[in-house]
Amino acid sequence: MSDIIQKVKNLSIGFKSKKGEEILILKNISTKIKKGETVGIVGESGSGKSTLALAMMGYVKHGLYTIGGECEFNSSNLLNMKSKDLEKIRGRKIAMIPQNAGQALTPNLKIGYQIDEALQLHSDLSEKEREKKISELLNKVRLPSPETIALRYPHELSGGQQQRVAVAMALAGTPDLLLLDEPTTGLDVTTQAHVLELLNFIAKDTGTSMVYVSHDLGAIAQVSDRIIVMYSGEIVLEGPSRDILKRPIHPYTHGLLKSIPKLSLAGLPESMPGSQPQPGIIQSGCSFFDRCNFSEDKCKNNSPQLEFLKELNTSVRCFNYEKLLKESQFNQNVNKIKNNSNDKEILNLSEVSISYAKQKLLDQIFNRISDDNPTVKDININIKKGETIALVGESGSGKSTILKSIAGLLRTKDGLIRFDENRNLSSDLKERNPNDLRIIQLIFQNPDESLNPNHTVEEIIAQPLKLYFGLKGEELNKNIIDLLQKVRLGEFYMSRYPRQLSGGEKQRVAVARAFAAKPDIILCDEVTSALDVSVQAAVLNLLQQLKEDFGTTYIFVSHDLAVVRAISDRVAVLYQGRLCEVGPSNDVYKFPSHPYTEVLLGAVLEPDPDIKPKLVAEDIVEEKPPEKGCSFQGRCSRIVGDICKKEIPPWQLTDSGNAIRCHIPIKELQKEQF
Amino acid sequence: MLFLIIKRILLGFITLFIVSLITFVGTEILPGDACTTYLERQAFGEQLEACYRRLGLNVPAYERYVSWAVNAIQGDFGYSLSGEMPIKEVLGPRIKNSLVLASAAIFIGIPIALILGIVTALWRDKLPDVAISTVTIFAMTIPEFISATLLILIIAIWLEWLPGIVIVPTDVSFLELLPNIILPVIAIAMIMTAHMARMVRSSVIQVMASEYVQMAILKGVPYWKMVFKHVLPNALLPAINVVALTIAWLLGGVVVTEVVFNYPGLGRLVIESISNRDLPTVQALAIILASIYVSINLLADLMTLMLNPRLKTLQIRK
Ligand SMILES: Nc1ncnc2c1ncn2[C@@H]1O[C@H](COP(=O)(O)OP(=O)(O)OP(=O)(O)O)[C@@H](O)[C@H]1O
Ligand code: SF4
Ligand code: SF4
Ligand SMILES: [Mg+2]
Repeated sequence: MSDIIQKVKNLSIGFKSKKGEEILILKNISTKIKKGETVGIVGESGSGKSTLALAMMGYVKHGLYTIGGECEFNSSNLLNMKSKDLEKIRGRKIAMIPQNAGQALTPNLKIGYQIDEALQLHSDLSEKEREKKISELLNKVRLPSPETIALRYPHELSGGQQQRVAVAMALAGTPDLLLLDEPTTGLDVTTQAHVLELLNFIAKDTGTSMVYVSHDLGAIAQVSDRIIVMYSGEIVLEGPSRDILKRPIHPYTHGLLKSIPKLSLAGLPESMPGSQPQPGIIQSGCSFFDRCNFSEDKCKNNSPQLEFLKELNTSVRCFNYEKLLKESQFNQNVNKIKNNSNDKEILNLSEVSISYAKQKLLDQIFNRISDDNPTVKDININIKKGETIALVGESGSGKSTILKSIAGLLRTKDGLIRFDENRNLSSDLKERNPNDLRIIQLIFQNPDESLNPNHTVEEIIAQPLKLYFGLKGEELNKNIIDLLQKVRLGEFYMSRYPRQLSGGEKQRVAVARAFAAKPDIILCDEVTSALDVSVQAAVLNLLQQLKEDFGTTYIFVSHDLAVVRAISDRVAVLYQGRLCEVGPSNDVYKFPSHPYTEVLLGAVLEPDPDIKPKLVAEDIVEEKPPEKGCSFQGRCSRIVGDICKKEIPPWQLTDSGNAIRCHIPIKELQKEQF
Repeated sequence: MLFLIIKRILLGFITLFIVSLITFVGTEILPGDACTTYLERQAFGEQLEACYRRLGLNVPAYERYVSWAVNAIQGDFGYSLSGEMPIKEVLGPRIKNSLVLASAAIFIGIPIALILGIVTALWRDKLPDVAISTVTIFAMTIPEFISATLLILIIAIWLEWLPGIVIVPTDVSFLELLPNIILPVIAIAMIMTAHMARMVRSSVIQVMASEYVQMAILKGVPYWKMVFKHVLPNALLPAINVVALTIAWLLGGVVVTEVVFNYPGLGRLVIESISNRDLPTVQALAIILASIYVSINLLADLMTLMLNPRLKTLQIRK
């Protein structure tokens, strides 16, 4: 038994509702973590995975309490241990790496101090030795110049660096078990791939067991030996990682895997209908019944038990797993998107530059912008009516900045934005006429922030209808119901407030509001990033359907390259506010030719243990674009010498219509594909 | 950093300049002037002329503003109307009295508020919190004039422990003033402490719920070390500005309390000079109160700047 490090036995955690009812968040969970093993816990938001991970440290959040069960670590139950004893285990035996290191590091304390604190608590090194150890740890997580980093405050580091500091801090106590709660969510693709690689290295190097919590099967696939799938506070599937990803035998996992867009598949994945039941809703049968494609009558009234299949070394909670077991191969279907763009130009950006620099007094007086090295520079894109063009790049590459300027929310420094071949859109919002405003609508990443919490759905959708078309009374009502139907929401949603909607429903309302203006162009800024994968697929399908119905043009910004692959006709790759490559998405994804595109695509995590990310360039964060030469020179692994540092690379055209901006001749770029 | 400080100081002066202009223009536009008010029925002929000459009202307005401003900077605010003595001399003891009252309230109130706020936050929803919070919320909701009157009724009239109203000349010595200020201080400190304790409580609770505190717990940091190292510095930072505003509010005279207790501080002077239409004094008071607000807020901002590593480096980088 000694190879088991953590044993969770019949754990139930819940809270008291306002009415005094006991509401379960974790329902009778039992599992074991072995020494040296990495276990991934996946599930949709709200499935209870963080609660489970925290319980493994004997921590239950304020407001929640343990209803029954144990979390055993070295044969003692953490959940009824005194805080004195817990302090000796936390950080020393079990350490946590949080989701958002930026918020999990104390803002007023230096990095070095925060690591030192862990060392002081969990080792008896002298001050000199600790100093050395801090440098060692920072080195181990591959942070540059540890001595200076130790003297910085958390906010002086980039997101990826903060995450590395959190890893270093967790390693300070040389723990036997590391708990990671979404440690890479919120990081750029490239950074994410690097952090995962670091974690894999540490797991091998130190033999630490890890519990990796994430909603992202792509990340889980890269690190874990075993996977636990949670749904609505229960374990529904648990088994070896490869089996679960290659042949999911629970309908939920099956559906989940099908709804994830893949780099290798162009087209929209199938979506899973419905959403996870809210905690507290008592169902007599299987909790997945409403959304299940394999359900039978007996599932409605009987709840399946977790059943251990010896030959597969897998536990599954489903009456019908055999049906799935018989499906010899797991196949993902996608619906190819129709490219219904025509040759008519709808929007043209020429030589657009945008600057965030604070302007000097003199410039302010003359109402002009002067900046030699603006955030976004020389953007030339010609967008066709009815197409979906995606802007991709890491955070800080200027994707949202460009969208804001198109919408008129941000002044451009130079350049022209032309609509429909002849109308120049003013860069000043106040000078745009109502029609200019109507033709371009924005949908934001976070519907919570863009929907007024004090307005009902009806009022939210009515606003643009009244503003742009002056609709009133019966007609207004009819239009609202129409729009709600278009985004697949029933009429009864009209009187709801945003807080009474789920994430996916809120985003649908935001989509309906955008379409209410009957716009020609819709700007989508990370519209699916805040959503769970199953919901994401549904929203993507909806957007595609609406586009086909209305002939709308989308400008789609996302950091998720697989999502972009699924929905877009054309892709523009940006680095530091400069275009690197523009072309049909099929070509960009099939032959990534610009060195930066290679880096981006190489870092994508696929939910497949056999596809490993390729790390081409370092994930350094550059604060500012370089003054001269190629924007990517600082990180390019194929840099050809001085010319890259001095001269802006020329645009080169490939036969298939890709435009690539690099000094390396096009023939050579295309030769060295991976 | 230095640039920022200079900028803030300059802004402060501009604020003061604007305040002085507004009060000056305000008193100009009002019908009648200082002399007509003062002389009332006799406001004509020789006497009026003399008064104008004495107060320098016979020159154009902008000239009067300039000479007033130049003198004010040197601390000379001219003459008050009613007492016919230099405003400087009227103000001096009043400022001193207000200062005594305010500092007493601050020295008692702030530590108590901090302790109460922290205790209620750390024992959130437990007995200490429920008990203290009930009292503070109660103290916050009773208006000052009621609590002041009650204090007088109970302690001064029924128990006869302390004098109820302050009947001393304006310029008494500190020791003589002391027994007189106990009740006003209690009246002020009560409401101020309650407000500040609530503020501190919510600030500490917010920080306690933050991810970095959860992280510190999960790192195995002992409870009290976590409170002092990770929680308090971050929770009390935003409190600095509130404390500053409270101090400014206290110094500016707690009008109601001063009137109820008949306390000779700045607040009562404001009321008195307004009801006497003593315009020069009103002007002087406006400028002095404004300076107090500006300088205390400036101090608070500078302190926040020094203590918050975030702001500090941001400024240096720029
Ligand atoms: N303090 C609390 N009081 C009441 N309910 C809570 C509390 N904390 C969490 N919950 C609920 O518990 C459920 C599980 O929460 P948990 O944080 O474990 O989910 P998760 O799977 O980690 O989700 P995510 O992917 O969003 O992090 C959710 O329905 C959440 O609303
Ligand atoms: S038990 Fe029935 S409803 Fe539940 S997952 Fe299995 S097939 Fe679907
Ligand atoms: S121009 Fe030079 S630095 Fe830029 S991407 Fe091409 S090879 Fe790399
Ligand atoms: Mg979570």
